[in-house]
Amino acid sequence: MYLFSTTGRPPGVPHSNGLSRAVPAFAAIFALSRAVPAFAAIFSLLQADPVFAQAASESGWFNADRTQALVLGIILTGAILLYVVLASAGRPLFIRKIAGLDTVEEAVGRATEMGKPILYVPGLNDMDEVQTIASMNLLGHLATIIAGYDSRLHVPVRKSLVMSVARETVQQSYLSAGRPDAYQEDDIHYVSDAQFAYAAAVDGIIVREKPAACFYLGGFYAESLILAETGNSIGAIQIAGTARPPQLPFFVAACDYTLIGEELFAASAYLSKEPRMLGSLKGQDAGKGIAIVFILAGSALATLYSVTGSETVREVSEIVLWLFR
Amino acid sequence: MRRRIPLIITFIIGVVLITGYFVTRGPFNTLYESFSDYFAIITVFAFILGGGSLLKIHLKRVSSRAADWPYSVVTLVAFLVTLVIGLFKVGNPGGMSGEILASGSWLRFMFDGVYNPLSATMFSLLAFFVASASYRAFRARTKEATILLSAALVILLGRTPVGAWMTAWMPESLAFLELPNLANWIMAWPNTAGQRAIMIGIALGVIATSLRIILGIERNYLGRGE
Repeated sequence: MYLFSTTGRPPGVPHSNGLSRAVPAFAAIFALSRAVPAFAAIFSLLQADPVFAQAASESGWFNADRTQALVLGIILTGAILLYVVLASAGRPLFIRKIAGLDTVEEAVGRATEMGKPILYVPGLNDMDEVQTIASMNLLGHLATIIAGYDSRLHVPVRKSLVMSVARETVQQSYLSAGRPDAYQEDDIHYVSDAQFAYAAAVDGIIVREKPAACFYLGGFYAESLILAETGNSIGAIQIAGTARPPQLPFFVAACDYTLIGEELFAASAYLSKEPRMLGSLKGQDAGKGIAIVFILAGSALATLYSVTGSETVREVSEIVLWLFR
Repeated sequence: MRRRIPLIITFIIGVVLITGYFVTRGPFNTLYESFSDYFAIITVFAFILGGGSLLKIHLKRVSSRAADWPYSVVTLVAFLVTLVIGLFKVGNPGGMSGEILASGSWLRFMFDGVYNPLSATMFSLLAFFVASASYRAFRARTKEATILLSAALVILLGRTPVGAWMTAWMPESLAFLELPNLANWIMAWPNTAGQRAIMIGIALGVIATSLRIILGIERNYLGRGE
């Protein structure tokens, strides 16, 4: 297995300079700036506590309208970090099976047996979208598997930055799999920024090359069904995943397996089997548990108040509502 | 160090940006806009990489007479013609100082007469794909598919005048069983509940992914080599 060293790369491997690493790093940074509002997305109905707001406005530094986001953000971040620490300490964690991800290796094996390529579509978004970063992380794992099977990976992309990141990621995966010679830079190529020009080009690739497996993982819009149905028409095994709910039904109807929302973000951690990554998955589940508890508590308190009319119950339910309002 | 420095930068900027979301004063509160601007600038320059890749791949296919190479000729001609007309504003009534998509310009003609119709054609294919996908999804082969089919029928009928007409005879006490009301109920309750559950999961996934990147646990996007 080839590893990076200060003396450079193995013979025949193009040199990867610091700039090529800086591009994905910058893209990740920008994606993080998009992720910040995600803290608020879950708690999108914000409304400040008047007492807290007054105290905060006197200091003038804290945005009191985002108090709930901060409180719940700390709770959820704490839960995730707790499980990361527990996993690092060696505590075994149960992670539920994700059928779509368990099939990845089977899909690659099938493509190898058939002597056909594997198509990977990272969606329409640029690297400023967390979905695309999740897709790139998944592409890295997939490329390692593909390199081991000696299959061909074809990645048409819509954004130049995504192309740069995908090339770097796949190249490193081939390198870590000990197959740097199998990496073909031209198999990861730019197509078009225009949505339907991109869809037409990918459709053309599907029809001409007839890939044995198609992966659609990332942010998709109206072209999702056009791609998935074309892939279905050639009999390819198809695995899709997106965090855009309007496109999920189309993928469910046309693909063999669909990663629904959070599963796309969990995919990289799930495939890596790395304890700290799995710990963050468990923390995510804990976050869902917390959300369920609050939803049930809020519903129960509101019902109880409507039955009893108790002022104490009303005040407690107001606190719960304040967090999610 | 080639991995460590980007990870340190990512951690610092990630923490600063999260802080900026909660802080009302500069420079924190303007960081998001600044990074958006930086990203837009980098994206413009990155297009050179994309355009270069497009030219390289298709020129290679044409020169080696690879399978379906005539398509590559079409792509190259379309790309270069659009690029030259757009860059040099060929046929633009206002010359080099005119608006890029000025009325009567060649680029405007290409946009309205070629690009838009082609895009519309691809988009229109969606109608046929929806029909074929719906046919497969709604085949009542399992209990779940039957429920899906029933819900879809109620929604489809409830959203059309035919649905209202079919159940208009119902007495006032059974008005909730009228197809438009049933369709509204499905959309407002089961559908919204499902959508919200997915949205909560997605938000948690985004938070967990962000934390993994900020803390350097997730490094795949930087490449896997050490």
